[in-house]
Amino acid sequence: MLRLTRRTNPSRSLEILAPLVAVALTLVVAAILFVALGKNPADAFAAMFWRPVQDLYGWSELGVKVAPLILCAVGLAIGFRASVWNIGAEGQIVVGAIAASWVALATGEGGFGLPGWLLPLLAGALGGMVWGAIPALLRTKANANEILVSLMLVYVGGFLLQYVVRGPMRDPMSFGFPQSPMFPDPARLPILLDTTRLHLGFALALLAALVAWLFVARSYQGFVFRLSGEAPAAAAYAGFSRAKVIWGSFLISGGLAGLAGAAEVLGPIGQLQPAVSPGYGFAAIIVAFLGRLHPIGIIAAALLMGLFYLGGEIAQMELQLPIAITGVFQGLLLFFLLGADTFVRWRLVLGGTR
Amino acid sequence: MIDRRTLVGGGLAAPFLLGGLKGARAQDGGPLKIAFMYVGPIGDLGWSYQHDQGRLAVEEHFGDKVQTSYVESVPEGADAERVLRQMAQAGNKLIFATSFGFMQAVINVAKQFPDTVFEHCTGFQTAPNVGIYNGRFYEGRYVSGHLAGRMSQKKTIGYIGSFPIPENIMGINAYTLGAQRVIPDVTTKVVWVNSWYDPGKEAEAANALMDQGCDFIVQHTDSPAPVQAAEKRGVWCVGQASDMGRFGPERCLTSVVDDWASHYIKSTQHVLDGTWQSEDYWGGLAEESVVLTPWNDAVPADVQAELDQLVSEIKNKTTHPFQGEVKNQAGEVVVPAGTVISDADLLKMMYFVQGVDSTLPG
Repeated sequence: MLRLTRRTNPSRSLEILAPLVAVALTLVVAAILFVALGKNPADAFAAMFWRPVQDLYGWSELGVKVAPLILCAVGLAIGFRASVWNIGAEGQIVVGAIAASWVALATGEGGFGLPGWLLPLLAGALGGMVWGAIPALLRTKANANEILVSLMLVYVGGFLLQYVVRGPMRDPMSFGFPQSPMFPDPARLPILLDTTRLHLGFALALLAALVAWLFVARSYQGFVFRLSGEAPAAAAYAGFSRAKVIWGSFLISGGLAGLAGAAEVLGPIGQLQPAVSPGYGFAAIIVAFLGRLHPIGIIAAALLMGLFYLGGEIAQMELQLPIAITGVFQGLLLFFLLGADTFVRWRLVLGGTR
Repeated sequence: MIDRRTLVGGGLAAPFLLGGLKGARAQDGGPLKIAFMYVGPIGDLGWSYQHDQGRLAVEEHFGDKVQTSYVESVPEGADAERVLRQMAQAGNKLIFATSFGFMQAVINVAKQFPDTVFEHCTGFQTAPNVGIYNGRFYEGRYVSGHLAGRMSQKKTIGYIGSFPIPENIMGINAYTLGAQRVIPDVTTKVVWVNSWYDPGKEAEAANALMDQGCDFIVQHTDSPAPVQAAEKRGVWCVGQASDMGRFGPERCLTSVVDDWASHYIKSTQHVLDGTWQSEDYWGGLAEESVVLTPWNDAVPADVQAELDQLVSEIKNKTTHPFQGEVKNQAGEVVVPAGTVISDADLLKMMYFVQGVDSTLPG
């Protein structure tokens, strides 16, 4: 009989190697898959991993794609380390986008001597925080499971978006089609690289990762968060407030998700549409774990996930590979990562009971 | 930044007067590369599936002269612009973007690739190298309504809507007006799914309508789930987008099929000839862009004859689904007697006609 026993001293280097092993195994299985589909694996890998980033424009597009992933994942990781499970970043993105759009349309030409995009961006972060505050409140006051509450609020946020783009925020010139007017130019995020779509949101994402790293690794509060997640009894004994950690986790992750939503509408989209995010809030959960809940790891993981999306499109265009290939890649990667993790921490033992 | 408002006027007015785009041909001798961007999976058996059937028809018609590719399930939002740009950069000289939400992305990318032709389905913005096209689905719904009037016993018929936008609203109204030809006091019930493709919610919507007493349902969503639900409960229904007869062999009486093939072939020919011009194409039963599949045997012969007659009247323009007098729910005349609604009024239709038992959300 096979059974798993816990390793007493999981190897630190293996823990870091595990994602690389998972990536390698994913590529091997993918190569087999490509052969089975009648495609040359070398062509397929070139289409998926080289073509999207063969020029500067490609890299800029990758930056556009990963900005919301990084923003969300960095925030979620802070909560996950503290065992606070915000599964509803997708809803916080949407509410952030709504709040940002509303302010952009109201104040978009600027004013108060501020750049036109600043207030909308802040409103987006605030909107995400408000949406994140609901599960925090219900968790701390009513002990409601934050996973369920935050997840269900995704759908509420989605309906809120459907309502505003059809009702109060609909462009009167759009023939009844559900979308807001285009934002005035000053409300659009500055472009970092001329002739591309790479916007300020990408810089903010990198900044968020840096600040998050300082917070977790270097600050006293960061220590409290970690301890509260890893050793709740010890944290409670030390007098640290669990409620504060829950509130902090949700406000940070909600705020960053709201910022991501705001950056999407103020950046590449330019108006509020019924579809703001193709599931960035959920993909960010994978990114957070793939990146080991570490800001640097998250940036790397987001780049890899972003590459899957971009490469998947090119593989469709050039090799007529089905879109499912992107999903299969993500699934394989997560599967192997979880598998590799298991074997880092546990050992396979042959034989009967101890 | 393009100011959309200045473009909207042009979009609905006459097509841009512009000579055919020179250099639209990839390279002389090489095949014309054509790309299609779909919002859903081509396996949806509805909207995107039908567009892909159009793509295959282009391949079959032109053979070696064209080379087509597609990207499916492209989210409406920030991603569309990247995909379109990649398509243009890969040397595609004719690009079809087949969902409303791609509009701004099409306009943005078209500016960067002036010698690439873009065609956008269901939108309203045009440019010298951007044409728009759509189907007069409401004509098929009007005929479905007449059929519902003949087949319904309970005088209560159902409509599964996707989104409360003019395209759906004119469909619901045409369906109701069609049914009123037979049952003047018919009631149309509406359930919004808020999705174009969500088999689970579509089936729920079908069941909700049947629970409310509807004994004839049509759908403005793309999966066969409502047809399957109706077949199971023995309720008459009409398929949408593609031929859904096989999902309801007993109960699916016809399907209102979007047939993009003729338009795609025509546009491709124009680009090949160098005579393509930006236009606003809106084809219906007459152009065979909207097609009704052969009536199910369950439709009595005399009713079949009536329907065939109605179809040919719509084709030769002696009957229009929105011919006066038409009143809205409040009882106000929206199409005066003796007149026919204009396309511009159709495209911004945001009211229900009398007989629709629902209010517009938002």
